[in-house]
Amino acid sequence: MSELSVKHLLGIKYLKETDIQLIFETADHFKEVINRSIKKVPSLRDITIANIFFENSTRTKLSFELAEKRLSADVLNFSASQSSVTKGETLIDTVNNILSMKVDMVVMRHPNPGAGIFLSKHVKASIINAGDGAHEHPTQALLDSYSIREKLGDVAGKNVVIVGDILHSRVALSNIFALKLQGANVKVCGPKTLLPKYIDSLGVGVETNLRKALEWCDVANMLRIQNERLDISYFPTTREYTQQFGVNKKLLDSLDKEIVIMHPGPINRGVEITSDVADSKQSIILNQVENGVAIRMAVIYLLASKIK
Amino acid sequence: MSQKVLLSSKEINIILHRLACQLLENHLTFENTVLIGIQPRGKFLAERLTKILKEEYKVKHIDLGFLDITFYRDDFRRGDKTLEATKTHIDFLVEDKNVVLIDDVLYTGRSINAALTALQSFGRPKDVELLCLIDRRFSRHLPIQPNYRGRQVDAINDEKVKVMWEENDGEDIIYLVNR
Repeated sequence: MSELSVKHLLGIKYLKETDIQLIFETADHFKEVINRSIKKVPSLRDITIANIFFENSTRTKLSFELAEKRLSADVLNFSASQSSVTKGETLIDTVNNILSMKVDMVVMRHPNPGAGIFLSKHVKASIINAGDGAHEHPTQALLDSYSIREKLGDVAGKNVVIVGDILHSRVALSNIFALKLQGANVKVCGPKTLLPKYIDSLGVGVETNLRKALEWCDVANMLRIQNERLDISYFPTTREYTQQFGVNKKLLDSLDKEIVIMHPGPINRGVEITSDVADSKQSIILNQVENGVAIRMAVIYLLASKIK
Repeated sequence: MSQKVLLSSKEINIILHRLACQLLENHLTFENTVLIGIQPRGKFLAERLTKILKEEYKVKHIDLGFLDITFYRDDFRRGDKTLEATKTHIDFLVEDKNVVLIDDVLYTGRSINAALTALQSFGRPKDVELLCLIDRRFSRHLPIQPNYRGRQVDAINDEKVKVMWEENDGEDIIYLVNR
């Protein structure tokens, strides 16, 4: 298998297991490239990529931009807040206007679930979903699995618990799809109000006791409490959430094994995890960020090779 | 599809020894010289030459690396297939070194062109030489010629030179295949 089965990366749901393996193997090569003194390859010198962000982002936007530049692509950046979108232009019009400037690929973040899928049906360019509402964030899930593979050797057979706001999290959904596809065992843990009602239909376990969840797992992926998405009160106070679902060093040290701690960022230090946990040697949070660039280079490279 | 034997195992062995001696003549101690095999097929030739130099000609230390040129190729998106990368392994600096690029077959010269670009990512070498086992005459697209060549052949465009190595394909043999 030497090419992806898809033309766009809209979600992990549409990928096959072999696609994920191909992305990981390609990312291995790019990881070697970005650790050279000259971190750039000329592969995509005739490709133009537009990064269209209708929602705020630091890490993902920088990571995509860096990946594109390391592949020698030309990059256009577009933020909705400074654009004609505020004047009432529709999504298709906005994107088609950008595409008429001869753009080959679009990386898009949008607050509405399914925005990428909608767009892929109406425009010619190859689309990469960089997060669509509470739906999917495929490159984050890929880099999370890649980081687990790097740290533990393999993803298959590992026990992974995703802790926090599962209800509003695109990272959780993409991670569940990716981990299940690679044969990992997945549990979700959080306050009942933040667990979707039919989450078990995805084949994941549900645990509301953090300690039990941590005792079971090899890897704990701690999600951020997304205050901007919490339209009603899902738990009484942040302090109470931290007491029940926050990970601190004391809790970590009381476990009889060393588990791996992950976090997609940005961290609310002292809420989901304390500072000493985030900075401990069990945490692979910064490795995730480094791997993000390699994974995005792999995805862009593999999708670009299908543009004729 | 028909194929005929271009070089047998015995002939390959003689040529490898000659190439090793030619390298030795120019580089002697290999102190300031590095050998770089171009992935995927130049790796076997580079390993074989290093082995001969170390075991039979008692060269103490040789820096050997492997360079993947996939991301530097000029035919990205021009073929039907996605170009698949292999591993690059160069754990030394090429800055100010005499570099010998090693590949099994020299055909259009485009791989070597890509390799020269790729090499720049690892520093500025003092000079770069090219060694190839089979040199296909009259087929170059670029002004690139080898410094060390095993055997020169005249092959028409429909033909393909297939180099097999014992460690990878079971025996040392080179075929000229009619496609």
